[in-house]
Amino acid sequence: MFNTASTTPEKLLQMLAALLLFAAIMGLILFLAGRVGGGKRGNTIVGYLYLAPAILMLAVGLVYPGLRTIYQSFFDAAGKAFIGFDNYATIFTDNDQLTVLRNTVFWVLVTPFVATAVGLVYAILVDKSRFESVAKALIFLPMSISFVAAAIIWKFVYEYRPDQGNVKQIGLINQIIVWLGGTPQQLLIESPLNTFLLIVVMIWIQAGFAMTVLSAAIKAIPDDIIEAARLDGTTAWTMFRNITLPSVRPTLVVVLTTIAIGTLKVFDIVRTMTGGQFNTSVIANEFYSQTFRADNQGLGAALAVLLFVLVIPIVVYNVRQLRQSEAS
Amino acid sequence: MTATPVATPVPSAAQVPGRAETARKKLSSPWASIAAIVIAVLWTLPTFGLFVSSFRPERAIKTTGWWTFFTDPTVTLDNYKGVFGVGSTTNLADFFVNSLVICIPAVLIPMALAALSAYAFAWIEFKGKNILFLSIFALQIVPLQVTLIPLLEIFVKVDLTGTFWTLWLAHSTFALPLAIYLLHNFMREVPATLIEAARVDGAGHVAIFFKVMLPLLTPALAAFGIFQFLWVWNDLLVALVFAGGGNEVAPITLQLANLSGTRGTAWQLLSAGAFVSIIVPVTVFLLLQRYFVRGLLAGSVKG
Repeated sequence: MFNTASTTPEKLLQMLAALLLFAAIMGLILFLAGRVGGGKRGNTIVGYLYLAPAILMLAVGLVYPGLRTIYQSFFDAAGKAFIGFDNYATIFTDNDQLTVLRNTVFWVLVTPFVATAVGLVYAILVDKSRFESVAKALIFLPMSISFVAAAIIWKFVYEYRPDQGNVKQIGLINQIIVWLGGTPQQLLIESPLNTFLLIVVMIWIQAGFAMTVLSAAIKAIPDDIIEAARLDGTTAWTMFRNITLPSVRPTLVVVLTTIAIGTLKVFDIVRTMTGGQFNTSVIANEFYSQTFRADNQGLGAALAVLLFVLVIPIVVYNVRQLRQSEAS
Repeated sequence: MTATPVATPVPSAAQVPGRAETARKKLSSPWASIAAIVIAVLWTLPTFGLFVSSFRPERAIKTTGWWTFFTDPTVTLDNYKGVFGVGSTTNLADFFVNSLVICIPAVLIPMALAALSAYAFAWIEFKGKNILFLSIFALQIVPLQVTLIPLLEIFVKVDLTGTFWTLWLAHSTFALPLAIYLLHNFMREVPATLIEAARVDGAGHVAIFFKVMLPLLTPALAAFGIFQFLWVWNDLLVALVFAGGGNEVAPITLQLANLSGTRGTAWQLLSAGAFVSIIVPVTVFLLLQRYFVRGLLAGSVKG
């Protein structure tokens, strides 16, 4: 039951066994909870019984590993010798690591703003139009597919064929370059252009998220406000600046920060499209490369911790903004 | 796509002309329509190009652009037969099964556990509840990367590496903080009088959980279920770390990523493979997008 299943029937059987085992544990918890009497003490027992599996899993699978990684980040490549903050120093001084940091900054600065801008503009444009639901689905579909599939779709767009004889381009971008009279480029090799080309993929995925959430916020603006503004003869631009934008501001902050956090952790796109080569690596990809390819456990741990540390201020800002908008 | 949990003001009779006017104004602005169409085309074209390519013969894909398909249409299913080639190393069928086997428990287990925990947090009074809830809420911000290596070491110690158990347990654990928070929010909205009435009738926490809560919770469970399904189906990082060693338990995303790495120019395989992997999440999404959008809004607008 706990070994590696290799044929399809074995796999399905193991899945069934796992589900049954889980159901049995759940049944046991509910059975025990059903026998506990009422009152304050009874409530406490039932409460902790219900929480027991979740607390156990979070403690073993999230809290302990998190603390352990922080601890490991102060050790050398093999995880044996204590080296203090050396791994962190490497991240901020080593040339390759500085490129990683620079790229991460590009990603986190560009992706949220462009994706949100496109999402907002599109949400306003298609709002209340006849084709709204179809138009929205087109932009939103990339959200449902994997980053790996998205990366393959875009790798094909950026594909390059050598510029010689009767070799024709098969990637759309290079074909457009040729049609415009230029020479085709190895798009994914030139730094820092390649990083921005990878960022396009993330924007392509996240714009749908921004659009959906912002569209709901736009629809929540009371009609009488819009009506009043229209009676005053407001132009579309003033309407956008004075009514739409202030109304959706809290949502805008949430969307920007959510995309920023997702972008910080981006890994699949970089790994699938360039593998982090040609100066395209970012923190999350470098974590993987250092840990599993370069066998530098300490540096990998430090990169993971850095990722954690970078997420915190964004989340704090987000929560603060939410509190403010709820208070007002 | 139109259903959202955000309260939309119902137009009164007096406002209806205003809406009609808005609609007319929108349509009468050609620039707005053009801009919308440009964005829609830009967003669709990359996928469309690869989709068309997946039905073109290998030679055609590699020598001419997909746009020439419209002047010289040749359609073949060879690429799809290729990725399901029995016995070949690129047979995606096994990986497709793996993805399903990974997904089903990785959705059901955290769903049930989170429902139970959320109920405890929402409707049972006990000591230490608030601090515990806050701690679990805070765990949402922990990036996966921080946990992977020590978790892998634990799996090695208990001899689970290379099995589905690693993926089931890892995905279930990672999902819990958000799931508990989401379901807790939904449960808090159930009127207290309903719970009280059940309690007066002599129902304990088990009966209330099953008879009162679960039926009301279906939309929330559906929203979380879709989220988690898409997340697990589309995951690469967790699969790489815990199932990277062998092909036995690797999901389809992992195989696709490997294919892209080792045979980056085999576009006949990559195009068909990509669409085989896309078909499940896109179907789930199109069928259940109402719940998906609702979950998205509940998750991100509330925090």
